Amino acid sequence: MDRHLVSSDIATSVAEIISDLKHLEGPLLPILHAVQDTFGHIPNEAVPMIALGLNLSRAEVHGVVTFYHDYRSHPAGRHVLKLCRAEACQAMGGDRLGDRAKRRLGIDFHQTSADGSVTLEPVFCLGLCSTAPAAMLDGAVHGRLDAHGLDTLLAEVGA
Amino acid sequence: MTRIFIPRDAAALAVGADRVAARLAQEAAARGLDLTIVRTGSRGLHWLEPLVEVETPSGRVAYGPVTPADVVPLLGAGILDGDTSESDNHPLFLGPTEEIPFLKNQTRLTFARCGVIDPLSLDDYRAHGGLAGLTKAVAMTPAAIVEAVTLSGLRGRGGAGFPTGIKWKTVLDCPDARKYIVCNADEGDSGTFADRMIMEGDPFVVIEGMAIAGLATGATKGFVYIRSEYPHAIDTMTRAVGIARRAGMLGTSVLGQGSSFDIEIRTGAGAYVCGEETALLNSLEGKRGVVRAKPPLPAHKGLFGQPTVINNVISLASVPVILDKGPEHYRDFGMGRSRGTIPIQIAGNARHTGLYEVAFGLTLGEIVDTVAGGTATGRPVKAVQVGGPLGAYFPRALFDTPFDYEAFAAAGGLIGHAGITVFDDTADMLKQARFAMEFCAVESCGKCTPCRIGSTRGVEVVDRIGRGIEPEKNLALLTDLCNTMKFGSLCALGGFTPYPVMSAVTHFPDDFVAAPVVEAAE
Repeated sequence: MDRHLVSSDIATSVAEIISDLKHLEGPLLPILHAVQDTFGHIPNEAVPMIALGLNLSRAEVHGVVTFYHDYRSHPAGRHVLKLCRAEACQAMGGDRLGDRAKRRLGIDFHQTSADGSVTLEPVFCLGLCSTAPAAMLDGAVHGRLDAHGLDTLLAEVGA
Repeated sequence: MTRIFIPRDAAALAVGADRVAARLAQEAAARGLDLTIVRTGSRGLHWLEPLVEVETPSGRVAYGPVTPADVVPLLGAGILDGDTSESDNHPLFLGPTEEIPFLKNQTRLTFARCGVIDPLSLDDYRAHGGLAGLTKAVAMTPAAIVEAVTLSGLRGRGGAGFPTGIKWKTVLDCPDARKYIVCNADEGDSGTFADRMIMEGDPFVVIEGMAIAGLATGATKGFVYIRSEYPHAIDTMTRAVGIARRAGMLGTSVLGQGSSFDIEIRTGAGAYVCGEETALLNSLEGKRGVVRAKPPLPAHKGLFGQPTVINNVISLASVPVILDKGPEHYRDFGMGRSRGTIPIQIAGNARHTGLYEVAFGLTLGEIVDTVAGGTATGRPVKAVQVGGPLGAYFPRALFDTPFDYEAFAAAGGLIGHAGITVFDDTADMLKQARFAMEFCAVESCGKCTPCRIGSTRGVEVVDRIGRGIEPEKNLALLTDLCNTMKFGSLCALGGFTPYPVMSAVTHFPDDFVAAPVVEAAE
């Protein structure tokens, strides 16, 4: 049994999200999305609260959180750069772009630069296969990227 | 007042459409120009994006690809003059949009309005033939609607190609009070973007198709499950559902005719396998996106155990035109058992990338060489992957394969969601085979051992072949492993990953011969 106190602001927000969304059919994913939108990740404290609210076991909620690539256990960097690594982008030099991003940032995929500015993530298709290679920076889409275009994006986020 | 059309489709945004629109608006304000900028979906000529269209007395005229720096020169060339006598000298002038061969040669049934109208204007939608299908449907019996869809020959456009009408009939025949329509918008296959385009460019047609499905089967609730990688589609669909509800297209009395149907938009969470229908249903229920064994079929026991129609976006979006123009009109396009039109998505290293809706039956070679115009890099085409990450790689020797479900299956491949990814001669097919296994390992839901473990072993075996370690023995092992995955997996992820792997091995054997390893001196 967890003895540590749930920080009150997290508890208040999570409780609010649960009560707002629990009436939905299949409310777990919408609740997790809302929690992540609020905190940038799924705080550990949220899991037992959601389990209690939806009459699930903590293991069930944990199992769902860890199944999906989108849910983070820790906050990301200040910016998130998603580079598409799928076939259409590979056909247009996506791998070289990925290598360049890793080298410029000094990190691998799924890592955050040392100064916390950028988290680099692979994404398997943004549906921009006709303007490849493609990337998404903080939700904004970019296509036909070359080395210069990537450098411009990285400069925008101070990396 | 002159109307100027600039897409807000994500592919256009990715190459700067917003910046072009902003620059034009700024210039128009500074010069006091009388123009209105209408943001549309995309026409699908993606190599020409951002494509800017100007309304003239003789129809729309296109310019592209336009950058913000082109805006002032274009205005200087007289694009707003109403005739094109001067602006046709501009290097970006493309002529009347509808006359551009890539567009002119298409048969646009499902995508008729995409790129033409303001996606969120229900008036625009109606003015261009929208709601005609639903209007007919509300006056028909459920059985008659199902019959029309069956007669049209429409098959699931998500990839499996199952007859849509039969699926609907199964749900109609279930006596349950609670039934669901689920729209599968988890378009995760690389090389495909038709679902995204129609949701961003003509969202009401998806809603109309779902409402018709509801009337046809007695379902009163619909879900659209959209992948989280598509924020623009989620936004457009969410707003469109709100507009449709306020206009009485959805709600307790669809079009005022007494039948109830409403839609909820749900967002995926980055799991490729949730594009598989039973994994998607589990995900909607709030569970891990693990594949279910069939039977029971979703049509009998689907979402929350209730009878459920689960259809791809394009299948549902094709229904309104079938009801409107009649099943025969739709059925008369196509070949063999592949009826109607298919939105082919041309992606990757192609000169003309974009969406090309056409009747089934073009050969792969016609699509790649004529429609797509070969590669963007100008190098020879080496391979074409058809149908996404689970589709086979086709060499030029198979370019005479007609675009048809059965013909592709006979050639050892699949149409899938009709995405075509072109690779030039710099592609390394061993690397592509390795990626297919790697992707399967990352995205496997974990239920079936051949998929969960086999994909990881597959990466290792391909690596050994690449390093020249016992190549014959390892190629035999890879073939055996692929067979195990193909026949020992519940869904297409484990079952079809062998397609890209084995097609690469079969058609490009030279790429699987490792360079001789130089032994280090003792």
